[in-house]
Amino acid sequence: MEMNFNQHISGQFNADLEAIRNHMMGMGGLVERQVANAIEAICSGDTRVADDVIRREDEVDKMEVTIDHECTQILVRRQPAASDLRMVLAVSRVVRDLERIGDEASKIAIHTLEVADNSSNQLCQQAMRYMGAEVVKMISGALDAFARHDVDGAIDVVRNDKLVDQQYASALRELITYMMEDPRSIGQAINILWILRAIERIGDHARNISEQVIYLVKGTDVRHSSLTEIEEQAHKE
Amino acid sequence: MSIIENHKTNGAAFCENPKLKARNVGVFYGEKQAIFDVSLDIGANEVIALIGPSGCGKSTFLRCLNRMNDTIDICHVSGEILLDGENIYDTKVDVVPLRARVGMVFQKPNPFPKSIYDNIAYGPRIHGLAHSRVDLDEIVEKSLQRAGLWNEVKDRLHSPGTGLSGGQQQRLCIARTIAVDPEVILMDEPCSALDPIATAKIEELIDELRENYTIAIVTHSMQQAARVSQRTAYFHLGQLIEVNPTDQVFTTPEHTLTEAYITGRFG
Ligand SMILES: Nc1ncnc2c1ncn2[C@@H]1O[C@H](COP(=O)(O)OP(=O)(O)O)[C@@H](O)[C@H]1O
Ligand SMILES: [Mg+2]
Repeated sequence: MEMNFNQHISGQFNADLEAIRNHMMGMGGLVERQVANAIEAICSGDTRVADDVIRREDEVDKMEVTIDHECTQILVRRQPAASDLRMVLAVSRVVRDLERIGDEASKIAIHTLEVADNSSNQLCQQAMRYMGAEVVKMISGALDAFARHDVDGAIDVVRNDKLVDQQYASALRELITYMMEDPRSIGQAINILWILRAIERIGDHARNISEQVIYLVKGTDVRHSSLTEIEEQAHKE
Repeated sequence: MSIIENHKTNGAAFCENPKLKARNVGVFYGEKQAIFDVSLDIGANEVIALIGPSGCGKSTFLRCLNRMNDTIDICHVSGEILLDGENIYDTKVDVVPLRARVGMVFQKPNPFPKSIYDNIAYGPRIHGLAHSRVDLDEIVEKSLQRAGLWNEVKDRLHSPGTGLSGGQQQRLCIARTIAVDPEVILMDEPCSALDPIATAKIEELIDELRENYTIAIVTHSMQQAARVSQRTAYFHLGQLIEVNPTDQVFTTPEHTLTEAYITGRFG
């Protein structure tokens, strides 16, 4: 008797699982672009790009609802177990984080429009660029790790999140210095603060996504665990 | 696929407070071996589910636990099965009281062609558990109560058991098993002939019975195993592949064969 454990007896079940994964990846791609564009908008002061990000948020929201519905359908119809169950749960959690990332991207775009007047000499330009590029990489890294069932790739993302948190803290210190030196900068500084905060939150969501990779592959729930704990769980046989 | 050489069961086959212990059990039908070196504890007051593809030996193994296999001439059992530490295959053991202590409920409800009352009273009578008619009435009522059937049949105790619906008949059989005050109840696909509502009632009942009995249930429904049991044992071609807490088996099984079976990659 020849057996192929990669395939279900039910071909439709295979197709359904394949579909939620692909749709999640598609949503991830869109969200990643939204973040990249929002960062581009704030750094260049290009309000057209910001407008576009705000307009497309709706698409992200719709994708979340659609994929979540597809996950529900699989739960109801197939009562998945083991790795299939973990796939469905992980996709449904990842999709929620992607939607939140979409929200943060559109917040950045909104603040971009507010600071657009004095965009030429923006505060914390470098930190925003750097952190922005980092979180975009984290999103794609987390999704790649998901697609490849790559636990080490997921851990890299968690590690980068710590880096982003550190950059966020030091950018805040920089902002405070500006505000103390020149109280007229406070209005703009607060907008920048919101933007930095949004970028930092995107990093947290990317981290959540990679935690789902570990759940998917290893079956352990590492949410709210430290990096060391996650590494331990991930390398346990 | 064939038997796994030198296989050791994955997970936790043994438990703290075992009611039944199977050790190195092998079962043969004539020359053909159906169970290979199975060691497993069944804990007091637990429900353990035995799952696996059709023909993997679930029923064969279950029937070892109260020597029901003795009724099959060509069947031969090796290894040990200990009930409260005593080997039930010891030559001193009388199977009649053994099968009262370890009762069995079958796939198809099989009430005797007698009244509801007599179906329940039959066991207590032959085991001499009732000393008077009043005793017997009490046992019948209590057993039907426990099986969740009393309210439905109390007004027609003397009509035939075969006149009940399928689900009621199965609860009657459970009541009949309970009537002789067993310690362990074995169930072989007890719901496979029942509709979803009757199934839900039996599952509810299993959960209540756990308080007083130890239960081993063979089921081909993975959802049923997930709903009713605390531990799940996965059999494959006569070998015990994995035993683990049920929630673990259904979220993160240890063995790839368990995974493949419960996710519907073969069966
Ligand atoms: N009475 C019997 N005589 C001979 N072989 C049997 C008998 N009962 C079961 N078997 C064989 O033993 C194996 C296990 O069967 P069984 O215990 O009924 O499996 P399951 O309950 O998991 O479907 C099968 O190969 C089956 O053909
Ligand atoms: Mg069977």
